[in-house]
Amino acid sequence: MDIKGLGPGCNNCVTLEARTREALDALGKDAPIEKVTDTADIMGYGIMSTPGLVVDGKVVISGRGPSVKQLTGMLG
Amino acid sequence: MSSTPPSTNPAADVPQEQPVQTLPSRAGPPPSGPTTRRLVLGLLGAAAAWGLLYAINERLWDVLIFDAFGLDPETRLGHAVPFFLYDTAKIMLLIIGLIFAISLARSAVPPERVRELIVGRHVAVGFGLAAVFGAITPFCSCSSVPLFIGFVAAGVPLGVTLTFLITSPLINQVGVVMLAGMVGWHIAALYVLTGMTMAVIAGVLLSQFDLERWVDPFVREISVPTGVDGGKPTLADRIEAAKAETVDIVRTVWPYVLVGIGIGAGIHGWVPADFFETTGIADSVWSVPVATLAGVPLYANVAGVVPLVEAVYAKGLGLGTAMSFMMSIVALSLPAMILLKRVMKLPLLGIFVAVVTAGIMAIGFLFDVIA
Repeated sequence: MDIKGLGPGCNNCVTLEARTREALDALGKDAPIEKVTDTADIMGYGIMSTPGLVVDGKVVISGRGPSVKQLTGMLG
Repeated sequence: MSSTPPSTNPAADVPQEQPVQTLPSRAGPPPSGPTTRRLVLGLLGAAAAWGLLYAINERLWDVLIFDAFGLDPETRLGHAVPFFLYDTAKIMLLIIGLIFAISLARSAVPPERVRELIVGRHVAVGFGLAAVFGAITPFCSCSSVPLFIGFVAAGVPLGVTLTFLITSPLINQVGVVMLAGMVGWHIAALYVLTGMTMAVIAGVLLSQFDLERWVDPFVREISVPTGVDGGKPTLADRIEAAKAETVDIVRTVWPYVLVGIGIGAGIHGWVPADFFETTGIADSVWSVPVATLAGVPLYANVAGVVPLVEAVYAKGLGLGTAMSFMMSIVALSLPAMILLKRVMKLPLLGIFVAVVTAGIMAIGFLFDVIA
């Protein structure tokens, strides 16, 4: 599983990463979360609002921070 | 006499029903989310509770201050204290209620969708959409540069993008809500309309010049895939996001609201009513330009500035003069300029600042004349 957290390091981005980590732990998966902080790189994924989450090359979240429960559903 | 109980009872009942409605979905073993109907009922209940609080706000403070604490309403303190408490509670209620509603509405249209709406449409539609979108989007260091890049890289004309970039800080949600609560709803509405109009005119003017060469080239080198929306948010997602944003904004602005209203209350109580007229400031042709230029180097939260606008307006300063000071504080600030410098070269940034300054003065003169 290839997971990328997109965001310049704002509060919401840190929260999203922490929750993604929690969701992965709950699922018993051990995948690294790659951080993408460069604005140009983030824009290259086609999103305009952060935080964003990319799973296996596909943008699953942009501009919002879902709950751990929702993330567990997305990553499971 | 019999009309009072029916009007208060249903409103008081609704909030009590809320936990009952959401409890089964949280406690129940199957993790099926709360149904849309429950969420809508919950929202209506919250709206009813909010309306009730807003309606009883003034009476509640009067009872507390004059009846319970025995403060004399005829004294200066007896005048200032209720004003402060009543106004603070009213403004906080307005901010909580309206920011939640605006966030909830906005979450239906993510910026990626707006971009797709603008690209490929007639440029006139683009200007209108950019102004509306800018008005409902809060200007924040985390989002303004990505939005600029996202628009320009996807082929949105620079003038349209600049219209967005002007409205976004100028029409600040918290500022508009506070203007509505403290000065008047018609003034707030007029402010939104003139602000959007000014931004469209500025964008159209700017698009007449060849400004593209002053956009940092790296912006154009980004290839932007379209059709990405990060999944369609459900109503539960949107309520969650709106709640988070409201909490975030309230947490940021409440100290400014307190300080602003406190200073405003001080001006109300201690500055003579004809201060601006006797000093000649109110009638000066220079008041609007001076107020605008004075606001440029200042950077303050709009929540702290609106109460001052209201107070000096009440003391006879032109509304346009007071508002141009507020506008230049929120729309033109050094932190925002430093951010924009990453995507714009200096000449473009200079032209941008000049056009926005001129626009603010124009709105200032307009409001001084009509108010």
